[in-house]
Amino acid sequence: MLTTALIVVPLAGAILVWVLPLSRESTSGLALLVALAEVGLWLGSARNFDFDSDVAQYSTTREWFDQLGISYSVGLYGFQFWLVGLTIVVGACVVGYGAWAEREHPRAYFGLLLFLVGSIVGAFAAQDLIVFYVFFEALLIPAFVLIGVWGGPQRVKATLTFVIYEMAGSLLMLASVVALGISQGTFALAEIGTSTNDWVFLGFLVALAVRAPILPFHGWLRIAYTEAPPEVSALLSGLVSKTAVFGFVWIVLPHFPGPVADFRTLVLVLAAATLTYGSVLAFRQPDIRGVIAYSSMGQMGLIMLGIFAFNDLGLDGAVLHSVNHGLVSAGFFLLAGMIEARAGTGEFSKLGGMAKGRPILATLVLVLGMFTLAVPGSTNFAGEFSILAGVFDRGWGYAAIGVLAMVLAALYALRLISAILHERRGGAVRDDAGDLVSGELFLLVPLVVILAVLTAWPAGITERSFPENQPTTFIGSQQELAP
Amino acid sequence: MIDTPSVDWLALSPTLALLAVAGGTLLGAVLVPRAAERAFSISVSVAGFGASAVLAGWVFDRSPEPTAVVVESMTRDRLGALAAILIALVGLVVVLLSAGDGRRSHVGEYYALLAAASAGMVFFVSAANLMTMFLALEWFSIALYVLCALDTHRRASLEAGLKYLIIGSFGSGILLFGCALVYGATGELGFTAIREATGADDPLFVTGMAMILAGLAFKVSAAPFHMWTPDVYQGAPTTVTAFMSAATKIAGLVLMLRVLVTAFPEQAEIWSVAVAVLAVCSLAIGNFAAIAQRDVKRLLAYSSVSHAGFLLIAIAANSTAGSEALLYYLIPYSAASVGAFAVVAARERELRRPVTLDNLAGLGWERPFIGVCMWWFMLSMAGFPLTGGFLGKLFVFSAIYEAGWWWLVVIGVLATALSLAYYLNVVRSLYMRSGEAPATGAVIAAGGSPPRDLLLDAAVGAALVVTIGSFFFVQPLVDLASDAAASLPF
Repeated sequence: MLTTALIVVPLAGAILVWVLPLSRESTSGLALLVALAEVGLWLGSARNFDFDSDVAQYSTTREWFDQLGISYSVGLYGFQFWLVGLTIVVGACVVGYGAWAEREHPRAYFGLLLFLVGSIVGAFAAQDLIVFYVFFEALLIPAFVLIGVWGGPQRVKATLTFVIYEMAGSLLMLASVVALGISQGTFALAEIGTSTNDWVFLGFLVALAVRAPILPFHGWLRIAYTEAPPEVSALLSGLVSKTAVFGFVWIVLPHFPGPVADFRTLVLVLAAATLTYGSVLAFRQPDIRGVIAYSSMGQMGLIMLGIFAFNDLGLDGAVLHSVNHGLVSAGFFLLAGMIEARAGTGEFSKLGGMAKGRPILATLVLVLGMFTLAVPGSTNFAGEFSILAGVFDRGWGYAAIGVLAMVLAALYALRLISAILHERRGGAVRDDAGDLVSGELFLLVPLVVILAVLTAWPAGITERSFPENQPTTFIGSQQELAP
Repeated sequence: MIDTPSVDWLALSPTLALLAVAGGTLLGAVLVPRAAERAFSISVSVAGFGASAVLAGWVFDRSPEPTAVVVESMTRDRLGALAAILIALVGLVVVLLSAGDGRRSHVGEYYALLAAASAGMVFFVSAANLMTMFLALEWFSIALYVLCALDTHRRASLEAGLKYLIIGSFGSGILLFGCALVYGATGELGFTAIREATGADDPLFVTGMAMILAGLAFKVSAAPFHMWTPDVYQGAPTTVTAFMSAATKIAGLVLMLRVLVTAFPEQAEIWSVAVAVLAVCSLAIGNFAAIAQRDVKRLLAYSSVSHAGFLLIAIAANSTAGSEALLYYLIPYSAASVGAFAVVAARERELRRPVTLDNLAGLGWERPFIGVCMWWFMLSMAGFPLTGGFLGKLFVFSAIYEAGWWWLVVIGVLATALSLAYYLNVVRSLYMRSGEAPATGAVIAAGGSPPRDLLLDAAVGAALVVTIGSFFFVQPLVDLASDAAASLPF
């Protein structure tokens, strides 16, 4: 029931916020309250969570559509628990950012934000193929409107690009979902068994690759991340992209062992190419959000390497790094929004020298930058190291490319830091643009604190993602459930 | 002396209730004072459509086994009863949204014709032989021809009526020719009798079947028999378009399913391919043409052509699952379609000119309720989750996949992807303005807040409840659909 509550609370909150004719302050207060209640619920669920159980925790299964064997089935395993937690924490920060940024049409705006958060939680908690697909696609509805209405000057173009890419992918997946579910007679993930159909596999692969995004399906990334309001970019890069991670780990790996083995080289090569391409482009971007956007793409490539290495180290690293990257990229997008609010632009040519007289801003940019470049000892380093060690087993070349990309990450992260904080003072940086205020700190500090905790204790996640800390055995056991 | 046939009055009661509305409102047009005519017609219509739905529900309850009644001219079964319920409910919603249409003349006649058309459709879906089928088809078609042309002061309306009359008659002619050929080949008129008759290998018989199929395809506006649809949908009064887009589809498709499955099961290999071809044509033409439209009614007309394609896929599956999928899909489709046209009607009443994508701009912010409803109707038609349209498409795709036609799933998915281009365009114009576009103030002709129309809001709200409710409470609806599909001989 608790999982259902985690999904329903933001969705119900969304309707409530939209329907109640409250003032701007009360609306944002109510939305924030819902987001914080959600955090409380999640922390509550952590208390009795059995990470080693081989049944989904807090699961609910209800009959929904018997003729097709579809049921409403949700529940959490360890890795889902962490992804849901990431969503809820980042979601709360994003709602807080929305309250701080005072968007117009607050009722619709907060309603859609909560709708988006609830849908992402639903996608991460799914134990039924259709439930996953429903949330995977439903989250596009609020994302679509949030970009299209509250976005930057090119918002309409951004929206259309985003939706065309995403929907083309999702619909391919719908065909695959139908083919997989109908041929097995059920859509319940625990009972669906394995498929050897390459076409069905490719449908899933392309849809999830668009979502991640993986080369060559990344055409929507730059414009969507740049034109969306910063807090929506934070949700897109930090959370929405992770629905692809979930799809790969919990649908593709368990149910397509044959095609995964056949296509492994192709996927690994694409992932490595994504990593390199994203990192190189991140180094060349002229503005903050461009750097974060392409760095996100690179990191998704890295996570894909870990997933398709399909061994214990790789999978543990992929889950840990998903959480890390979600926190870092969401934090950076919010920070970018705060800088843009001060300078009116995110272009490096007009920024610079912001460190002077703004110690808190400088500290946060530096800290998040250090996490981005995965400074040794940090949780990002732990995630990347684990992924690279995992993928090393599949070929040293992938690991070598991964290490190269870590160097590239250092390059773009340092360039980002110095372009904002150091160098000559940019034309857009005025004297009266102050330091971060406490309201903004409340949004960023929790993310940094969580990163710090994970830095001290990455095993908190890696040892608690899959039952008995045996990812491959566990995912393999799902394969043997074939009817 | 001729024996009086025994008449099953219960089976006829949904039709009779609607005929009573037609008679009552016509009498009212003469007897009731002008000032009260509208209120009188609406109350009689609401009561009559409601009664018809309830009676059809009663028939549904009392007819677990299909029986031939009234000298085997009609079948009393759950398939027909469910379709009758849907048609009556669509009619009821259309009556509600017609209340504020500002019609000055032909008020009583409008409701009378609406009821007459519905009565014809309710009779049509239960037809059990070729004669009653043709009779009922002409019955509701003639009522619709007049309804389309009812706004005699608008050229577009007259043109729509005339076009529909000419092309519709052509379609009816083909249907009648087909009936004649089938009768000639078998010597039988009843659907079950045709199935059991010998002489089915006669080429004339197959030709007749094809012509019947083509005649029905005209009515459900399946491509390539759709050419009347955009002009008629655009020109007809918007409330009539709303009614036609939903009720005619229900009637035409349910009867098409019934005829094909009960009269021509032996020829299933031929007709399922033919229906699949119609489906593919409808999907292709409907979606590509809709992308190019600026007029919202025209856009929705092409969208209804493409939905005919999805619904025909369900018929092509030629299975129980396919029939269930068809009946289920019709529910969210009708709701979204009636709802969308209702929103167009609301905007039309406000602007007093045809609604285009350009002057739809900003509606979402000016009238939040209607805007959000339109948003969900478009999402449902596009098959987004959290709407019944998604499960409808899923059910249709599953049925056709089970029938072994995976390539139709792929075509359906591609068509859905195409359809997003125009559905989301509508949503975009509701809410989003590109940087340079003028503010909405320039577009709105009349100042002040738009006229309140509670009945229209209620109709739109009801459509929204069905559109979203059919997603969450799919099982009860599918149970109804599977009860209804059980009356077909699979």
